[in-house]
Amino acid sequence: MNALSRFFRRLEGPQTLGRGPAFWVGFLVVLAGACAYPLFSDGYTVGNTVYFFTWIFMALGLCLIWGYGGSLSFGQTAFFGIAGYSYGILTINFGAAYGFTLVALVFAVAIAALFAALLGYFLFFGRISGVFLGIVTLSVTLVLERFMAQTAGPEWRIGAARLNGFNGMSNMPPLTLPWPGGDIVLFPDVQLYYVVLGLLVVVYLGLRILVNSSFGNILVAIRENPERAEMLGYDIRKYQLGTFVIGAALAGLSGVLYTSWGQYITPSSMGMTAAALPIVWVAVGGRSDLTTTLIGTVTVLAVFQALTIHGSQYALVVMGAMLVVTVLLAPSGLIFALARLVARPFAKRQPGDA
Amino acid sequence: MDVGTLAFSALYQFGDAFAFLVLSACGLAVIFGMMGVINLAHGEFIMCGAYVTVSAVHAGIPLPVAVVIGALVSAAVGALVEILVIRHLYDRPLDTIVATWGLSLIGTQGTLILLGSTMAGVGTPFGSFQVGDYSYSVYRLVLFGMAVLVLAALYALFNWTRFGVMARATIQVPHMAAALGVDTRLVYSLTFALGAGLAGLAGGLYAPTMTLVPTMGTTFIMEAFVTVVVGGADVFLGTAPAAALLAVVKATMTSWYGQLAGQIGLLIAVIIVIRVLPRGISGFLLRERA
Repeated sequence: MNALSRFFRRLEGPQTLGRGPAFWVGFLVVLAGACAYPLFSDGYTVGNTVYFFTWIFMALGLCLIWGYGGSLSFGQTAFFGIAGYSYGILTINFGAAYGFTLVALVFAVAIAALFAALLGYFLFFGRISGVFLGIVTLSVTLVLERFMAQTAGPEWRIGAARLNGFNGMSNMPPLTLPWPGGDIVLFPDVQLYYVVLGLLVVVYLGLRILVNSSFGNILVAIRENPERAEMLGYDIRKYQLGTFVIGAALAGLSGVLYTSWGQYITPSSMGMTAAALPIVWVAVGGRSDLTTTLIGTVTVLAVFQALTIHGSQYALVVMGAMLVVTVLLAPSGLIFALARLVARPFAKRQPGDA
Repeated sequence: MDVGTLAFSALYQFGDAFAFLVLSACGLAVIFGMMGVINLAHGEFIMCGAYVTVSAVHAGIPLPVAVVIGALVSAAVGALVEILVIRHLYDRPLDTIVATWGLSLIGTQGTLILLGSTMAGVGTPFGSFQVGDYSYSVYRLVLFGMAVLVLAALYALFNWTRFGVMARATIQVPHMAAALGVDTRLVYSLTFALGAGLAGLAGGLYAPTMTLVPTMGTTFIMEAFVTVVVGGADVFLGTAPAAALLAVVKATMTSWYGQLAGQIGLLIAVIIVIRVLPRGISGFLLRERA
């Protein structure tokens, strides 16, 4: 019991909203609801729900970089694309036997993280910050998109995998779990749902521990005042780079899951519009907290999906308008503002609260 | 092929790249240099200028006048955007980027809904001329001339006019300028409109050379970003030399390996430059002088 309560204490802290038994009971209720959801639905709908979940990792990564670290990265979709393409290239070349897809997942995420480390080295050790960081990361994404879009010719192949230019890669095997008595192939169905849900819970709780650790405190200190953090003796460049790499790895995880979900990836998943969407999810939800980002992402995706399903061309216009309105009226995010409003009557004043 | 024609070919390609970089970046650079705001809807202002110009030409207006109309309409839209959105965000530069990105989404998709996926263009005027074995477009030379003209006009505007003096005072110490009776809000509005108008001008000038699609802004935006990042905050000490430097990189890489290699070359150049000169060329030059 003692170990459990110590574990819970690590999950809570000044850097996250939601503490105490009430929050965690709510968390368990939501989690139980999410676990029970496939019982009340059919495989096809559940498979579509997984599609939402695949994006959340990228949103949480951006929340860490932007909301906690204060560095505006517009390049999340670049890492998303790199990992997605890497997964495709690896699995098309080496197949899916013996659980290789999981190895491919790890490698693809590692490649995205490595690319982020290289790019981040130049950016953070060049002390690029603020608006320039956003522009450079966005430029990287746009160039990557254009590069992949022109790989239509037969000379653009890596092993057996054709890159296929603007049409994108397809027909890579989906993720497969090695299992005694026959591998489980994770098509967009109930099995994939539980795997992704499990990953999501692990990542969410892991990030909560991370931001409430001393690493998280230093990160927030850097966001609030980089010079002060530096004067206190922290090498802010290393912390920023570390955060950037973690965020990129999460975007890469999204990329792999997305690629394996639909068994295809196209260059437009790195384009200007695609790059804007993570910004919308995170900004509208409330970038400075993991929980509000999570709720915000799911909400915005649901709205976007509903609009798109009803054949509305206005979905992207609504996204843009939502972004502008959020920035003007609720700069810390709509869900964040709402959470504050709901929590106010219940909040006990804690030492350190303003 | 003798040395003369080779040299002309290299010079022509440099001029073409330089014109593209200067024209696509100057609007962004004016707004960034004066206000510290990065306008991510820059590409959409370029698109706006191009669409208005082409519509005007279809309506029977001669191209030079149509380009001016395109620039003016973009400037008007820019002024409107400044009053409705940007004005409220001056103390939050990062949020301005995000808000202008929202505007960019609205602009691209809105144009797609209203005007369809493509618009009939106009032909490139002036024809071509022959040097050695290759033929060159006259219009590209006109564009180079326009780029130089725009830089000269901006220099004159900021150094020799009343608006220029007030604008420079406002950048240096906003509250002091305000105390001396400068209407800083008006200066910011006009500057933003100027930047948007320059973007529209770029769109209008390049409209005859490209296909009109709602996403055409993204063709310009990466080059514009890169030039502004390398140049830093000053239009004359930054954007112009940065465009010259990057034009060499771009023209060389493009003539070796094609268009995309040119863009990748630009990107690698910018990443190396910011590692060495984080404040861009103008930051480097100004520190040297100070």
